[in-house]
Amino acid sequence: MATLEIRDLHVTVEADNATKEILKGVDLTVKQGETHAIMGPNGSGKSTLAYSLAGHPKYTITGGTVTLDGEDVLEMSVDERARAGLFLAMQYPVEVPGVSVSNFLRTSATAIRGEAPKLRTWVKEVKETMERLHMDPSFAERNVNEGFSGGEKKRHEILQLELLKPKIAILDETDSGLDVDALRIVSEGVNRVRETGEVGTLLITHYTRILRYIKPDHVHVFAGGRIVESGGPELADKLENEGYEAYVKGGASA
Amino acid sequence: MAEAQNSPKSSTSLGQGAPPPVGSTTAGQIAVAAESTVATRMSAPPSFDVADFPVPYGREEEWRFTPLDRLRGLHDGTASATGGVKVDVQAPEGVRVETVGRDDARLGRAGAPVDRVAAQAYSAFEHASVVTVPKETVLTEPIRIAVHGEGGTAYGHQVIELEAFAEAVVVIDHTGDAVLAANVDYLIGDGAKLTVVSVQDWDDRAVHVGQHNALIGRDAALKSVVVTFGGDLVRLHPRVTYAGTGGEAEMFGLYFTDAGQHQEHRLFVDHNTPHCKSNVVYKGALQGDDAHAVWIGDVLIEAKAEGTDTYEMNRNLVLTDGSRVDSVPNLEIETGEIVGAGHASATGRFDDEQLFYLMARGIPEYEARRLVVRGFFAELVQQIGVSDIEERLLARIEEELEASVA
Repeated sequence: MATLEIRDLHVTVEADNATKEILKGVDLTVKQGETHAIMGPNGSGKSTLAYSLAGHPKYTITGGTVTLDGEDVLEMSVDERARAGLFLAMQYPVEVPGVSVSNFLRTSATAIRGEAPKLRTWVKEVKETMERLHMDPSFAERNVNEGFSGGEKKRHEILQLELLKPKIAILDETDSGLDVDALRIVSEGVNRVRETGEVGTLLITHYTRILRYIKPDHVHVFAGGRIVESGGPELADKLENEGYEAYVKGGASA
Repeated sequence: MAEAQNSPKSSTSLGQGAPPPVGSTTAGQIAVAAESTVATRMSAPPSFDVADFPVPYGREEEWRFTPLDRLRGLHDGTASATGGVKVDVQAPEGVRVETVGRDDARLGRAGAPVDRVAAQAYSAFEHASVVTVPKETVLTEPIRIAVHGEGGTAYGHQVIELEAFAEAVVVIDHTGDAVLAANVDYLIGDGAKLTVVSVQDWDDRAVHVGQHNALIGRDAALKSVVVTFGGDLVRLHPRVTYAGTGGEAEMFGLYFTDAGQHQEHRLFVDHNTPHCKSNVVYKGALQGDDAHAVWIGDVLIEAKAEGTDTYEMNRNLVLTDGSRVDSVPNLEIETGEIVGAGHASATGRFDDEQLFYLMARGIPEYEARRLVVRGFFAELVQQIGVSDIEERLLARIEEELEASVA
């Protein structure tokens, strides 16, 4: 069973000629089949955690360990992490000029699976997955994220999640900027992947709204660069009613 | 830092690129004028005599992007011909290949030189090469013209004539090292169809300046593909005019500009005849310090050219910091009685965020760059239609990319 273990993770970023510590000792274990929601106010470092796990060059790891089934994730390049089974659905997916969605998906699936998917079954697989996400077939011929609406970008991220079948999926504010219909469609996609029982999900969000569609097993409150409280789904209800204020103040004094 | 900028003359925005439907017009430099500024902003009227052009000093509209000090004297009369450029023509049976003197009536019929170097070339060559595809001859194999430099300086003139209803594919392949100023005329007879692929695959030190003049007959068609990889400085000026109604010009170009290279393509389509079409698509990738690509796209729809249908587009992909693009589309319309006219220019960067995105999906770095560049050029590579040139082109793109990773 795949397990992602984050131990005492410290991360800095360079900004305005100064080094700023964003993550200040994160501890978290995500197992295959589990869903963890990480909730926190803006600027708490939630997205930094997501991008650091994926290996974005902007962030420097200054301490701690991250392992996937015992393998040192921090030693891996970005593409090696993806091939090892980590997937990051990005908050702001990037436009890639000149590369069609269909070419991108196939190249990615080939890299992840270690061999090119058989053309006939692949085309069917992509088509059906797109249909379930209410994506028009013409989507496949557009350039990656170029001119996509906010909702289209997020659906495209979930399309990749469904096709690439990672061991650990990190969803970075996938719900932000979505209307209720789009949120439902995207959540259904995430739930289809979760129902296989083969993915551990790390759901990073600012709002409790998405938790009505994707039920977490564990809820963590993230503030001041680390997890300050963990609990079950009931913790989300508390946040819904009381907000983050208590944690923000606590984080500032910590 | 990268400079990926459109010239102030162009008001098209970065990151836009999808062509609008035929008949629509983009927001760019579109002048509606009684008199063409395309002609009047040149330093001198067209002429076959180099003495009619002042020596450029670099601030002229047609020279402002070109590093004159790298022209090796082609622009100021100091470059003397030394020979050392071989031209080899391989033509299928039925094609006439001649070497002619300066007084041959076919020379210059497609258009006069419009700048000092083109006029210098016209004034300095001793012999010209004329390749003729006779009336109604349809070739199944390409005509291949190999221009190979062996380190010399040369002036040349090439004429390719298709008589009425002839059809041919011509490949002009430039390799080696040379300082070359040479013009090419395409005379395309009524109902004829010419595809010409001009490949600039020069060594790193080569300098190549030339004007391509196409005169397209009634119901005739030209497809021009310009492929520029090599050279220290390449400056080409493909020009189109029409001799009768129903003519069509497709002008495609692709360039891969490396560190230190200057590659300049200046297009001009003169819609001087009613009911003709033109479609211009040029795409370039740039990488490395001081890689400089220039694209000028001038289209003039004259008052008498009603029923014109034209579109032009330039797209650039900047792969690394330190390279520069100047892209200037310019459309002048002197009549409203047209089918369509539009243009677009866009320059985008392949940056660290794109690389991260692709790699985060398991795609290795080298493969990610390859994916982007091949995807970018794919639609144009398919237009060439000569398989060995297509394969060589894809192989050269791979080489360029490998060089950038190393």
